[in-house]
Amino acid sequence: MGFDQYHEPPAELSPQTRTFARLCASLTEEAEAIGWYEQRLAVETDAEAKAIMRDAQGEEFKHFAMDLEFLLRRSPRWRQICEGVLFQDGDIVEHGEAAEAGSADGGDDDGGDDDGETGAADGALEIGSLKEAER
Amino acid sequence: MNHLLRRLAPISDAGWEWLDDEAGERLRGSLAARRLVDFSGPHGWRHSATDLGRVDAVASPAGDGVSVAQRRVLPLVELRSEFSVSLAELRDHDRGAADADLQELDVAAQRIAVAENLAVFHGWAQAGIAGIAEASPVAARPLGESAEEYPRSVARAVEALRAVGVDGPYGLALGPDEHTRVIETAEHGGYPLFDHLAKILAGPIVWAPGVRGAVVLSLRGGDFLFESGQDLAIGYSRHDADAVHLYLEESFSFRVATPEAAAPLSP
Repeated sequence: MGFDQYHEPPAELSPQTRTFARLCASLTEEAEAIGWYEQRLAVETDAEAKAIMRDAQGEEFKHFAMDLEFLLRRSPRWRQICEGVLFQDGDIVEHGEAAEAGSADGGDDDGGDDDGETGAADGALEIGSLKEAER
Repeated sequence: MNHLLRRLAPISDAGWEWLDDEAGERLRGSLAARRLVDFSGPHGWRHSATDLGRVDAVASPAGDGVSVAQRRVLPLVELRSEFSVSLAELRDHDRGAADADLQELDVAAQRIAVAENLAVFHGWAQAGIAGIAEASPVAARPLGESAEEYPRSVARAVEALRAVGVDGPYGLALGPDEHTRVIETAEHGGYPLFDHLAKILAGPIVWAPGVRGAVVLSLRGGDFLFESGQDLAIGYSRHDADAVHLYLEESFSFRVATPEAAAPLSP
């Protein structure tokens, strides 16, 4: 089993950051699977096999959505930017730039912390559960 | 900028980082409930209530033929603990001073941690929160007048939980006075009382400011549910020529799903 979702020594990361990293890795895997099924569906000629793959791809859509929602609940700034981009009509890039500039931590020019991680951009002290620390 | 209005404060980025680090450090040691109960969230400042999955019957506005039920929810409570930091101290920290004074932050952090512990362990009737000790159907037995009596009391509490099918590991929340006694005491033969209790519990012993006496509870999960809206954060209130006035804030609800999964011990 690999632990390559961590780029820093896991022992130095909080339980919250480790969970966040695991779900980021899961999100990536779901997106990859969606892309694989899309390619398989494009070349498959057997209707029954295509139906199964379409069903399987639907599962990946669901997993991706659940992973994303979990991560957005734990990263208020990420959520705020997504709210400005997702499910909006019009120019995606314009929405993205506007959402980033209007997010809790501001855009590139406000001197704020622009790392887009679960950091204290929203002011949270990131204490969360301490139960794991007792185990 | 969110409702904490942090960017309106006359505090440098380094100053905010310092305050956040210091606050987190002070709070982590005192937030006993979070070491022992399930934590969900944070779900954000806009999260206002916890779904309870239950309904109350309501009289139908249309008379007979239409039945009406209203969902029952547990509203989150907002806790806020105010403190001030001297602008001179903030400037000194920016210059590299390592001994800047954050005494008011100490007090504010302790106040809000105690309030959270109190709500979880002893309840908060006005906010609709039933505490772990008060909700338990197990009658509170005395912990004991001297620390030497504690192992027997804790073992009995663990047995009481096992007897009703509540598995471990078990945790022990100890009020500050009781915790001090445990730390200071060695039993016959010099065996530390702390280690003896830990063996009985197979789980942690937690210093719990705000707890009266002690509470033994199962850590198996699913019994005690803390739901965080906004997790603890520092917000900005106002400033004057001498100081910046800030506050620690959080929102949460707490509910006991399995009252019999805890046994209180009175002081």
